[in-house]
Amino acid sequence: MKDNNNRILEVKNLKKYFNLRSGFLSHRSAGSIKAVDDISFYIKKGETFGLVGESGCGKSTTSRVILRLTNPTSGQALYNGNDIFKMNNRQMFNTRRDIQIIFQDPYASLSPRMTVGDIIGEPLEIHRIGDKKIRRKKVKELLKTVGLNPEHINRYPHEFSGGQRQRIGIARALALTPKLILCDEPVSALDVSVQVQILNLMNSLQKEFDLTYLFIAHDLSVVKHVSNRVAVMYLGKIVEVAESKDLYEKPLHPYTMGLLSAVPIPDPEVERKRKRIILQGDVPSPISPPNGCRFNPRCPNAQEICSREEPELKKHAISSAEGHLAACFFAGKPI
Amino acid sequence: MVGLSIVLLLVIIAIFAPLIAPFDPISRVKEDSLLGPGRTYWFGTDLLGRDILSRVIYGSRVSLEVGIIAVGISVIIGLLMGALSGYFGGASDAIIMRVADIFFAFPYILGAIAIMTVLGPGIINIFIAIGLLGWASFARIFRGSILSIKNKEYIEAARALGASNYRIITKHIFPNSFAPIIVYATMNVGTAIIVEAALSFLGIGVQPPTPAWGKMLSESLDYIDIAPWMMIFPGLVILITVLGFVLLGDGLRDAFDPKMKQ
Repeated sequence: MKDNNNRILEVKNLKKYFNLRSGFLSHRSAGSIKAVDDISFYIKKGETFGLVGESGCGKSTTSRVILRLTNPTSGQALYNGNDIFKMNNRQMFNTRRDIQIIFQDPYASLSPRMTVGDIIGEPLEIHRIGDKKIRRKKVKELLKTVGLNPEHINRYPHEFSGGQRQRIGIARALALTPKLILCDEPVSALDVSVQVQILNLMNSLQKEFDLTYLFIAHDLSVVKHVSNRVAVMYLGKIVEVAESKDLYEKPLHPYTMGLLSAVPIPDPEVERKRKRIILQGDVPSPISPPNGCRFNPRCPNAQEICSREEPELKKHAISSAEGHLAACFFAGKPI
Repeated sequence: MVGLSIVLLLVIIAIFAPLIAPFDPISRVKEDSLLGPGRTYWFGTDLLGRDILSRVIYGSRVSLEVGIIAVGISVIIGLLMGALSGYFGGASDAIIMRVADIFFAFPYILGAIAIMTVLGPGIINIFIAIGLLGWASFARIFRGSILSIKNKEYIEAARALGASNYRIITKHIFPNSFAPIIVYATMNVGTAIIVEAALSFLGIGVQPPTPAWGKMLSESLDYIDIAPWMMIFPGLVILITVLGFVLLGDGLRDAFDPKMKQ
């Protein structure tokens, strides 16, 4: 069986630039924010694909563009082979049943004036599934599925805790029995103990409903825990992609190495002994990214070529792992 | 609750004025002029022998009409402008807001006087004058609500589910933004009543012999020392009415806030 048949989502050369205008009536462009600058990746059916990066690297924008909540500048997003960006309104409407999203902020992603029942039932209403009675029944089932009390169906979001609200958001995302769920930092806003609960819930839901996740986060330790494969983003570009294990054990890109070094290890002996790599400087502005490799101003290994040419995201001999790609002229060189 | 009772009471009084008022508000009984509050005339009489209680009762009609209709005009214009501005943004937003700024710059009463001078006296003109002046606040409030909600995640969530623009506006944006409008509208009724009173006080509002609270106040000036009741009762009624509307607005805001529901 061809590998392609297993790819539920394939993103090709995706770009999203936000244009800045100088002055309110002027059509003169004052540059653009290159939030997503030519990224390509694929997600296999049934897996959890992690997308990691610091704030502003473009990972959230990526999820918004895939869902067409904002239009891409160029590129393709193939869902089961069909380009999402070329779909007409009807096709897109139907596709929305298959691709859903869980948001980061459990406080902002639920309408304060709607009851929990209405919030979870809204997708069913929009897509005209069943009648009022059937929908209500389904909503109660969903509440149970995510670990909430179905009797609370008439309560308002503010009556729930952060973790519970996130469960409500998950229930809403599940209502249309989607195949692919984009999780935009679903646990970042929660307390650590609650994070674990939600991650476990998402894990069991994945098994029960045969879901595929695109898991976006800035916290490497969380991503490692849940993902099969991981892509690292920096300033709108993907700098490394690998199976989770390979990424953490043998990172090829200096940025990945720096990120990993920042993850605390819960063993004081090990912590004390290991060499910490501290990346210098701040992330440059996405309006005028550096020439050549985006990372070169901060990279301890940077050479002359790095500020001239952009490295391609490709396989390197130094890693034998299947599917381990990195965009670096000196991939694998320790920093 | 208090506000609601006051306002309801006022509405009842205004509607049933002919049944409640003991006397005809405009008939004069020359012998009975300037009588203090007593058994026949509970609020006393004015210079022309007219019963103040009856005039106060009938005056409520003018005040309520002005309050509700003028504010109604402001709200309708304001909502429309605010929606155009907030939802579509761009040039229309810029233009509408600049125009609103011009309206803001006018002191309310001064502006009302100016408009009345142009239009001439009469109650319809009062509706127009006060209504025209007040829309800017509502536009700004509604626009602000729309802007702050437009980019909220739950709106994004609705779009991700496939909700139409119509659904988003009616089910998500509007319920979350009309509460400040209602609150401000009820409070604005109080303001409108005061402006009307000021206009009547200055003589360019409702024309005699129609009873209006503001006019009654101005007529009372010359007689403060000998007939203070001419000023006290209209003044008190204005105070209680405006207070009632403000309290009502407050109460409505709390009622609309799901967080305050028990």
